[in-house]
Amino acid sequence: MKTMIDRVALIGRSGLDVLAATGRSGVFLFNALVGRSRFGNGFQLLVKQLYAVGVLSLAIIVVSGLFIGMVLALQGYNILKDYGSEQAVGQMVALTLLRELGPVVTALLFAGRAGSALTAEIGLMKATEQLSSMEMIGVDPLKYVIAPRLWAGFISMPLLALIFCVVGIWGGAMVAVDWLGVYSGSYWANMQNSVQFTHDVLNGLTKAVVFAFVVTWIAVFQGYDCEPTSEGISRATTRTVVYASLAVLGLDFILTALMF
Amino acid sequence: MTEFSDYIVELQDVTFRRGDRIIFDRVNIRIPRGKVTAIMGPSGCGKTTFLRLIGAQLRPDGGKILVNGQNIPELGRDALFRAREHMGMLFQSGALFTDLSVFENVAFPLRVHTDLPEDMIRDIVLLKLQAVGLRGAIGLMPDELSGGMKRRVALARAIALDPQLMMYDEPFVGQDPISMGVLVRLIRLLNDALGLTSIVVSHDLTETASIADYIYVVGDTQVLGHGRPDELMNSDNPRIRQFMKGEPDGPVPFHFPASRYMDDLLKGDRKA
Repeated sequence: MKTMIDRVALIGRSGLDVLAATGRSGVFLFNALVGRSRFGNGFQLLVKQLYAVGVLSLAIIVVSGLFIGMVLALQGYNILKDYGSEQAVGQMVALTLLRELGPVVTALLFAGRAGSALTAEIGLMKATEQLSSMEMIGVDPLKYVIAPRLWAGFISMPLLALIFCVVGIWGGAMVAVDWLGVYSGSYWANMQNSVQFTHDVLNGLTKAVVFAFVVTWIAVFQGYDCEPTSEGISRATTRTVVYASLAVLGLDFILTALMF
Repeated sequence: MTEFSDYIVELQDVTFRRGDRIIFDRVNIRIPRGKVTAIMGPSGCGKTTFLRLIGAQLRPDGGKILVNGQNIPELGRDALFRAREHMGMLFQSGALFTDLSVFENVAFPLRVHTDLPEDMIRDIVLLKLQAVGLRGAIGLMPDELSGGMKRRVALARAIALDPQLMMYDEPFVGQDPISMGVLVRLIRLLNDALGLTSIVVSHDLTETASIADYIYVVGDTQVLGHGRPDELMNSDNPRIRQFMKGEPDGPVPFHFPASRYMDDLLKGDRKA
């Protein structure tokens, strides 16, 4: 009986911990984003983070986009060929990338590349008392360290998703048109006829914006809230990748159900 | 209470808990203006917590913490950050920003809190680095400095804005005798030359007693005693005497509380 009560208490305690963390992350986000920074060089800080979070993620995004576009074209061609519809491969590649794979895979890669780096960097700043010393200098780390990183993530991830889609479509064209011999006019014309700007491009972009918000929020919060030890930073980095990936996949289902 | 009170910091009936553990139980401490005051006590007694309470990085569970007459825990976020501009703190690790050079570290508070032109910022940074003897290290990165040098650069950064109150968190830990001597001298010198008030949290008895005007000994959630260093050395209180003379056993036992030694030995290979 006692064990049963202990288990119920444990579940209750875990529930309370989750609620407390959710509350802390909400207050954290509010304090970081609301209100003007008192520091004049906010734009410089943002540019530095855009480089660290966005530009340095370009390589992995471009290479992944290229290969995913190529694989989609190859698989699509093999399936569509059986129905004599291989000319529709461009349409298939573009819709798959714009609606689903572009935002989702970019978000997953972004969580692994930039999200984990953000968590580790902020966690290490906390462990080495850099955040505390900043507070004691009279500088709010939420405004000086966290806010530029949040905005950099919000801005750069949707752009990376667009680049991913463009490179993927180009990779698909390389395989379908240059290698498998699909007529170039069909590849591009079918794509142009079927892809709608609002329904496909804007909805895909909306997904990317939502994922950017969630992934960056999780990454910076995990770094800021982590236990300031090497083990704590390691756990927080893992949590960032796991939570962000699950959040992206779950939200993708909800957004797809609402949008399409 | 006015800004010109004799005491720059006053803790009134401050209680602080960490989980179920009580760190301070209705503690009263007053830090006199213009003096070097040491907070001493065994490891884990809450000395660093004391500094973090003054800087409002931790909030007390009860009581008042007055700094220049302002009750620090009651301040809003913006007011608190403004109040901290008048405090400087030297962290145990130095806590230099690892992506900035020595120059940029010391210039950081000046850049964020003032609109001074670049050449004036450079002059102030040179002045502060000269005061800690590290003007020659101006172009180095933090990972090129030794532990003692890091702490001195951090000290230069902490005094960049000429704070009224300087707090030192275990400044002598892990220092070689020369670095320790330099730091001891610097703390006293800066306090007197710049007209600061200094709080030194430490368990290094000899060094701290040599520069402190007044000492508080804390332990067991309470202030065990306070007074001038010579008064505490001759204290009748056995707990203070044990600490001040560095005796391994006494009211603070050598052994962590445990079951009977014989019982533990007779358990054989069973884990404790």
